Amino acid sequence: MSETPSIAVEFKRVMKSFGAKRVLNDVSFHIEQGRALCLLGRSGTGKSVTLKLIMALMRPDSGEVWVDQDNVVGLGEHGLTHVRKKLGYLFQDAALFDSLTLYENLALPLSRLTKKSNDEIDDVIRRVLTDVGLGADGTKYPSALSGGMRKRAGLARALVLEPKILLADEPSSGLDRITAAEIDELLLRRKLEHGTALIIVTHDVHGARRVADQIAVLDKGNVVAFGPVDQVSQSENDVARRLITE
Amino acid sequence: MRWLGRLFEFVGKVGLFSLQVLVDCLRPPFEFTQLSRQLAEVGNRSLALITVSGFALGAVMTLHTRSTLVMFGATAVIPAVQSVGFFVEIGPLVAGLLLAGRVGSGIGAVLANMRASEQIDAIESLSIDSFKFLVVPRVLACVIALPFLTLCMDFAGLLGGFLSEELSSHIAPALYLNRAFDYLQWANFIAPTLKTAVFGFIIGCVSSYFGYTTDKGAKGVGEAATNSVVVSSLLIIVADVLLIKCIFFLFPDTAI
Repeated sequence: MSETPSIAVEFKRVMKSFGAKRVLNDVSFHIEQGRALCLLGRSGTGKSVTLKLIMALMRPDSGEVWVDQDNVVGLGEHGLTHVRKKLGYLFQDAALFDSLTLYENLALPLSRLTKKSNDEIDDVIRRVLTDVGLGADGTKYPSALSGGMRKRAGLARALVLEPKILLADEPSSGLDRITAAEIDELLLRRKLEHGTALIIVTHDVHGARRVADQIAVLDKGNVVAFGPVDQVSQSENDVARRLITE
Repeated sequence: MRWLGRLFEFVGKVGLFSLQVLVDCLRPPFEFTQLSRQLAEVGNRSLALITVSGFALGAVMTLHTRSTLVMFGATAVIPAVQSVGFFVEIGPLVAGLLLAGRVGSGIGAVLANMRASEQIDAIESLSIDSFKFLVVPRVLACVIALPFLTLCMDFAGLLGGFLSEELSSHIAPALYLNRAFDYLQWANFIAPTLKTAVFGFIIGCVSSYFGYTTDKGAKGVGEAATNSVVVSSLLIIVADVLLIKCIFFLFPDTAI
């Protein structure tokens, strides 16, 4: 008998507004462990906000955001630290710390959130950098990296704590097709080899088709379509159908 | 009257921000690595600017005072005028203003850029308190470094004054120093030097406030840098007036 995969992230009736503008309106969905969910939608429809709510960088106005077994809404500093250790976040422009080398960028979360020795930290960083193809670039500063390398470096930092859930904000934006495909390949490998749940915000439908098990389309603060790619491409919702097929 | 409302709002926000800095200074964990980085950035990298400026200012000030005092036959007091002027007022104020220009703009721009490029979010996502990690060490570095930089400026000014005087009157170094410190009491020297710690606090807090709280993306970077310099310079001058009154109140003998 196969075991039912546990839920990695679940939104329950989440609302979020900025001033008078409601960005998320009663949003509910969930993603299981080891699966990949791509969030699609037009610009300004709350996709990045969704990721920030999962990471508890923002708080919803109402509703619940469950990560693994914890509702992050209302968690204190200690509880959030516990939850964030399970999460990796690839920011849109990688958000690498300018004043630190690539190696130091990766060492920071390890030294802060784990009890690993310096040698163990060194081993982890070398392995992760090699995995993303930056094994020889640890001493470089972010300013010396190309766009694609920065994305890989951001991914390396997101993966350095071996997260159960990886959040990626437009991992292929600003990249050529080949480099974008390489980043998608890294994400896919992560899901297949480590069982990591992926939540990816993207405008790249080709990438979404490659990586996603499920797609959620956000429009005007609502999830207007949710399901496998084929199902969403035949959705009755015009925006969802056009996003996937055009 | 709307500008008055905005002014009060700004003062309130900066006041709360500064209070948060004071509270977080005393709350562990302490970011010693960040503090040492910032001390190097604020202190070491400002040293050349401060000493060269002090030296030039000292030389120029001596040239000007000499031309005036010569008319009264009072050239013997030039070293005393120089030392009292520098240690009591010129050194602390000019060092503060120079640091506001060099470091204040840097802090404002760096933090605003970190905000715009989501680096601050990235720090938070690692469960690191970004305020304690980024703001507190920068403010503390300004508070610690500025009194030392002021001393460097004071002595560089004295050296510049001596060389200028030496070229004019061939005065011996020992005699110059004797005359320079004849009129200077410890209270003249210590209180004005320590008041620069307050200037450092102003520079650190104001610059960090503009950088850390910006929400205007790339446009906010330039604005934060400019506002940091303008507002911290202005506040330093205002604070100087208030601090001088306090010093006179606490040390009445220093009111020369």
